[in-house]
Amino acid sequence: MSQESLVSIFLGASLINNFVLAYFLGICPFLGVSSKLETATRMGGAVTFVMLISSMCAYGIQALLVAIDAPYLKLISFIAVIASAVQLVEMFIKKTSPALFRALGIFLPLITTNCAILALALFQTNKGYGFVECLVYALGGGVGFTLALVLMAGLREKLALAETPGVVRGTALALVVAGLLSVAFMGFAGLGGS
Amino acid sequence: MYGALVGIGAICGLLIVSAFVLTEPTIERKKAEALERAIFEVLPGTASSAHFRLRTDGRFERTDLSQPGEPLVHPAYDVSGELIGLALEAQAMGYADTIRILYGYSIESEAIVGVKVLESKETPGLGDRIETDAAFRENFRALDARLAEGGKALAHPIRTVKHGEKASSWEIDGITGATISSQAVGRALDASAASWLPDVRRRLADFRRME
Amino acid sequence: MASDSNANVPPSTDEFVKGLWRENPVFVQVLGMCPTLAVSNTARNALAMGLATMVVLVMSNAVISAIRNLIPKQVRIASFILVIASFVTVVEYLIQAISLELHKALGAFISLIVVNCIILGRAEAFASKNRLLPSVLDGLGMGLGFTFALFCLGAVREVVGSGTLFGVAAFPGAYQEWVIMILPAGGFFTLAGWLLLFNHLEARRAARATTGATP
Repeated sequence: MSQESLVSIFLGASLINNFVLAYFLGICPFLGVSSKLETATRMGGAVTFVMLISSMCAYGIQALLVAIDAPYLKLISFIAVIASAVQLVEMFIKKTSPALFRALGIFLPLITTNCAILALALFQTNKGYGFVECLVYALGGGVGFTLALVLMAGLREKLALAETPGVVRGTALALVVAGLLSVAFMGFAGLGGS
Repeated sequence: MYGALVGIGAICGLLIVSAFVLTEPTIERKKAEALERAIFEVLPGTASSAHFRLRTDGRFERTDLSQPGEPLVHPAYDVSGELIGLALEAQAMGYADTIRILYGYSIESEAIVGVKVLESKETPGLGDRIETDAAFRENFRALDARLAEGGKALAHPIRTVKHGEKASSWEIDGITGATISSQAVGRALDASAASWLPDVRRRLADFRRME
Repeated sequence: MASDSNANVPPSTDEFVKGLWRENPVFVQVLGMCPTLAVSNTARNALAMGLATMVVLVMSNAVISAIRNLIPKQVRIASFILVIASFVTVVEYLIQAISLELHKALGAFISLIVVNCIILGRAEAFASKNRLLPSVLDGLGMGLGFTFALFCLGAVREVVGSGTLFGVAAFPGAYQEWVIMILPAGGFFTLAGWLLLFNHLEARRAARATTGATP
């Protein structure tokens, strides 16, 4: 059990220790999906949803592993659960909104390798969060990820129309923008107090 | 199809369990050694140490390090087996993440005589100066941790003050530019000392038994 | 069932070399970003992370290649992940047994090797379709290429950001560190810098190849 308040957990995960800009998690989708604002928002939403599900499952699994004293199975069971959660979300989206499914395309299965989700499960276990704290943490993480993605997409859409040197275009430019965003987010530190 | 998956899963499980079983003794030994070194650092003069947990009936009993997550106190003994002090863990939320420290409490001087940062993710160059700043470490040579009349709380709460404003032996001179991190150390020490030292002093006899 | 491409071609050193530069996982394929940026604030951490990833990559490539004809197609990704996760767990315990301090420095990123797109990518693109020896060579090459990229990042960040290399002072006399290099932003900027250099070198090489230099 930690002494943090729910608000500070949420602010921590979404702003102060933003998963992408402070912890470097979820970079692959961050660089890959952030060129268009619309796909970015959708990806962010899907990731947040998978984060919430994985967070709940990870909490349950950790409790089970502690009960049977098998800490070494943690990693393999977490990743198995995440892969299944993504599978389920994929089937759900396919059934309820085929248009969204087509729009997300290859990105959906890629959420499995999104390190942000596995990291979320690992961090919340290390911090010993209770169930509600886990959910808030997952929500904050997802919101933070979406925020970073959306900001990045907005900036990149604008940059695509600007004159930039050829050798810098593409990933290198995206990384510089990400670096600047990271510095900007450092300004959030201390928010929410202690 | 599922048979193949189960087969692969079984082999993987075997692999994992073997690795765990083979490395566990080494890892436990290294963790114990690291803790011993840390205890020696915060309580100079230590020749040996032990690990005690607080039982629900208020007594301390000797234990080993096998139960992770359980708060422990670590009495330290000199060469002749006399109890010189205890090392305790404390933690508080710093700037970036939780800061965990080990501090040494001297029985005789009723003061904190050493602090070691165990885990910190503070900003390098700024918050991490709680580990590197020599002047900050001076605070912990004889930090007053006496108990009040009745022995139920600290006589003076430990707190971090602005750099240069330290006026009493229970205050910590903070680091300019690393306010939050140095305040976190103060809060961690105060919280831990306030909750553990009354029980520790009340039951000093529990620790004197040196096997 | 995946069929063998290159069933009768002897393994060449190209399988090994391609991962170092031409198809370098970080600079060319832009994969495995997360650990590249997070763990590269000192040269030592970067090197350790790269080597740990390489070990997992080689082992998982080897096992996946060895059992490639036994894995049903529908569950292949799940099988790959199971194998990779097991080796990552093994490597994590090994690192802990070797050095607790290194384990603390690398933190959760050791566990995160399991979702490193490089490993899953090589399993899917190569190891599941090739024999054992080429797969091992592929893993070694990609792993070393990854370690090389991580080291480039870590060395620059440590030298500029802390004034040291592997803990040894790099500059004689006083040096004002650029702390930002050790912070996340520095990781982004440094990688951008290396990518820039890499793109520039590649562009020059391609230009020379088209302006009459014999292939």
